[in-house]
Amino acid sequence: MKTKRDKYHGFYFLLAVISLYLILFFFCPEKVYDSLKVSGDIFIRIIPVLFLVILFMALINYFLHPKTVEKYVGKGSGIKGWFFAISAGIISHGPIYVWYPPLKDLRDRGMRSGLIAAFLYSRAIKIPLLPLMVYYFGALFVTVLLLYIVIASLIEGEIVELIERKAKRIGISSFFLLL
Amino acid sequence: MTNPKPDGRERSIVISFYRAFKSFGTAIPTLLGVVLLLGLFLTLVSKQFIASVFTGELFRDTVIGSAMGSIAAGNPITSYIIGGELMKEGVSLFAITAFIVTWVTVCVVQFPAEAAILGRRFAVIRNSLSFFLAILISIATVTTLMVIQ
Repeated sequence: MKTKRDKYHGFYFLLAVISLYLILFFFCPEKVYDSLKVSGDIFIRIIPVLFLVILFMALINYFLHPKTVEKYVGKGSGIKGWFFAISAGIISHGPIYVWYPPLKDLRDRGMRSGLIAAFLYSRAIKIPLLPLMVYYFGALFVTVLLLYIVIASLIEGEIVELIERKAKRIGISSFFLLL
Repeated sequence: MTNPKPDGRERSIVISFYRAFKSFGTAIPTLLGVVLLLGLFLTLVSKQFIASVFTGELFRDTVIGSAMGSIAAGNPITSYIIGGELMKEGVSLFAITAFIVTWVTVCVVQFPAEAAILGRRFAVIRNSLSFFLAILISIATVTTLMVIQ
């Protein structure tokens, strides 16, 4: 169940960042103006992606029943689940943080945490930016690196699931209580 | 427009959009906070500063590369450009690889959003693993290249 603290966490975080801006304003107002301009540019750039994500969330809500999610990316999804998560991560577009809400929705509908981790890791592969990467580092470097990123996505997903399984089995350890 | 649920009831596309907006709306303050933090980071931390922290010692530079990539944020294009510049400066490929991998896989600036939306435990585990995996990826990639070439 969500506590009141969890519910307002986002507002507290935003207030903390605004406070940081206000404090910095007294020391270096021109940097604060520059930061606001940069933030504004970022926000304008991500607006189309935000709409895409909202559309994606609405489509998940409309078409994907928890049973369907369970089938493709749930507990029994096996290799198919890894394939879907990593492929989706590779083709997903926009900054990572806009993908947190739809991933939460999918997890609430039965998506495995390991697959969420694999999705987020495989986002390191940016298909539109590959030519630039090849220009700077060479085709061989990029090919080898991409192969290892896919392998690392699988490893990270597996370890996340392993830790979660262990945490469930042994109960909440003092380490997790701290988190 | 409606879509039947397995239990026979139907769901409307309008309600689906309403729920999507509502769900996304709760994440907006966090996302705004992250965008404002990104603005501060991109203004206050220069490319020259990132280049200045490398020491020339192989393993230490790889860990520094991984750490710098984790703290840094923004478009991955920037990480390629900085990586290319660092290569010209003679920084090892191990460090540069770790740097460009953690740039997109470890999210220190975005951590509050990830923790608030996907859970703090998940965010801590995922980011810590990503940090160490980036070091392993850099070692594996450069070693493979050495063997191939």
